[in-house]
Amino acid sequence: MEFLTLNKIDVTYDKKKTVLKGLNLEVKEGELVSLLGPSGCGKTTTLRVIAGFIEPSGGEFILDGRNYTKVPVHKRNFGIVFQSYALFPHLNVYDNVAFGLKLQKLKKAEIKRKVEDMLEICGLSEFADRFPGQMSGGQRQRVALARAMVIQPKLLLLDEPLSNLDAKLRINMRVEIKRLQKKFGITMIFVTHDQEECFSISDKVAVMNNGLIEQYDTPENIYLKPKTEFVARFIGFNNFIPLKKQSGGIFITERKELIQVEQETKLEEGLGTIRPDDILLADETVSENVMNATVGVRTFLGRSYQYEVDSTAGKLVVNAPIGKVYEPGDRVRVQLPKNKIIIVRKSM
Amino acid sequence: MRKNKMLVAFACCVFAFLFLPLFIIAVTAFGGESAITFPIQSFSLKWFANIFTSGSFISSFKTSFQIALFATLLALLVGIPAAYALARYTIKGKNMIQSFFLSPTIIPGIVLGFALYRFIVLVMRMPVFYGLLLGHFLAVLPYIIRVVGSSLSQFDFSIEEAAWSLGCGKVSAFFKVVIPNITSGIMAAFMLAFINSFNNIPVSMFLTGPGVSTFPTNLMNYIEYNYDPTVSAVSVLLMAGTIIIMFVVEKTLGIASLAK
Ligand SMILES: Nc1ncnc2c1ncn2[C@@H]1O[C@H](COP(=O)(O)OP(=O)(O)OP(=O)(O)O)[C@@H](O)[C@H]1O
Ligand SMILES: [Mg+2]
Repeated sequence: MEFLTLNKIDVTYDKKKTVLKGLNLEVKEGELVSLLGPSGCGKTTTLRVIAGFIEPSGGEFILDGRNYTKVPVHKRNFGIVFQSYALFPHLNVYDNVAFGLKLQKLKKAEIKRKVEDMLEICGLSEFADRFPGQMSGGQRQRVALARAMVIQPKLLLLDEPLSNLDAKLRINMRVEIKRLQKKFGITMIFVTHDQEECFSISDKVAVMNNGLIEQYDTPENIYLKPKTEFVARFIGFNNFIPLKKQSGGIFITERKELIQVEQETKLEEGLGTIRPDDILLADETVSENVMNATVGVRTFLGRSYQYEVDSTAGKLVVNAPIGKVYEPGDRVRVQLPKNKIIIVRKSM
Repeated sequence: MRKNKMLVAFACCVFAFLFLPLFIIAVTAFGGESAITFPIQSFSLKWFANIFTSGSFISSFKTSFQIALFATLLALLVGIPAAYALARYTIKGKNMIQSFFLSPTIIPGIVLGFALYRFIVLVMRMPVFYGLLLGHFLAVLPYIIRVVGSSLSQFDFSIEEAAWSLGCGKVSAFFKVVIPNITSGIMAAFMLAFINSFNNIPVSMFLTGPGVSTFPTNLMNYIEYNYDPTVSAVSVLLMAGTIIIMFVVEKTLGIASLAK
């Protein structure tokens, strides 16, 4: 039994613009799940459905065995961290954090204890009397986290919480978030469009495209075994060769070249994809998955050169060590190691 | 540095231009002659005494004050939720509604006054005081909606959503986090509307009736038949009152909060 289930959620804005189309998602208790995807794919919309700000036009949202689809926001008891932090400007840090507890009608002493504990955990004790306007971005971020966590939410939702911070602070804060998540065992849903951020803190990643989840898996599997062209492109694969299965492990290109692939797949037809780093410029001795090619544009990347080569299987991008330099027009042989090729489903 | 001196001189001229008339009025209020003259020939406080003995000034001041206060409060009561709805939700024809609210500030006051006269006095036959109140309410409502609306357009509504998510119902969140963050806008709207109503002539002219007149209409009537410095004395008292109010506001809230 899953802790959180989104079942065929549909969202349509302004009665015509369908943003989510039958979205499904399942999250286990205590997991940190990221929604990753390009701008406009519906991450925020998904989060707002879970938060209760948007009522979906179809589907249901179950949490802990209870149907939450129609429960109003203020009865859900979820913590939410907004991209803009959304702290209460007229209240100091202490009152910001105490806001949710006061509404729960707890005793004064208990509120005080809880708020002070939470401020301590978030490293904010010395700022209790400050107003949000007098704090830095990172500090506000922590206040926003503290305010959302102090009510001991069933679920913590974060919408690009780190996007307003500089690079160094982002890394510190994501470690912090992960630490707090482990400490309290809170189930979290984290929206981001930064891959590295998402891979580093998530237990599971849902890669979204156009209102649908393309792949829902562990960060490792997303990175190493993308299932669709979209996911592969999103995480940095940029060589795609149309292939058809011929027999187990042997695929054929459009130009009738045979390519061996180690990975098992059920797909009869798809795209063979490989990272530029994994393609080798081969000498005469190897013969497996080797193609003739002509060197095109060369770009210096620091650690390596990137070549665009025109191979018999189409244009490929290859990163080669800087030891030997090829000039445009040079004839080379490129090898696609069979254990590095992944077959993915073509995306629309 | 020459440029700077020019600027100072220019600023001085502007100040002189603004303050000289006020200064002259203030001086004439203390003249002993029976008509406004400048400079004054003798010193007297009798015109100040005249304000309080004539009675009509006091009663019309009271009327105006009450009308301005109630009309403004009523307009706040209606205008704040209206401005909120306009800022918060995407309503069909939002721009049209907004320019509709702006229109009374564009069309001449006389036209508005006459239209209200037709409606309130001739059609509805309201008692004079309530007619005035309704007229002023309608005249100041656009100011409230505009000023509070511009204050709300700066407001980050995710703050309100944050309050909901922490367990606050919608109504209570409105009072707990929206209102406290637009107080400066509400104060500014209040001042603007109050002053507008208090000074209003075109609307009041049509809506005042037997026994009820507002301060400015009373003043106007007075000037029509008298040329003595009582009106100057009235102006001095009003200026003094305004200065005192500004001083108190400055001390308690800070003038910056009004300008925000
Ligand atoms: N209130 C709204 N009314 C109409 N369309 C909207 C509304 N909010 C979002 N959309 C549209 O829905 C789509 C998904 O938006 P959403 O905010 O969920 O994207 P996102 O994945 O969070 O993107 P980003 O990474 O830019 O935040 C977008 O095409 C957007 O234009
Ligand atoms: Mg978003």
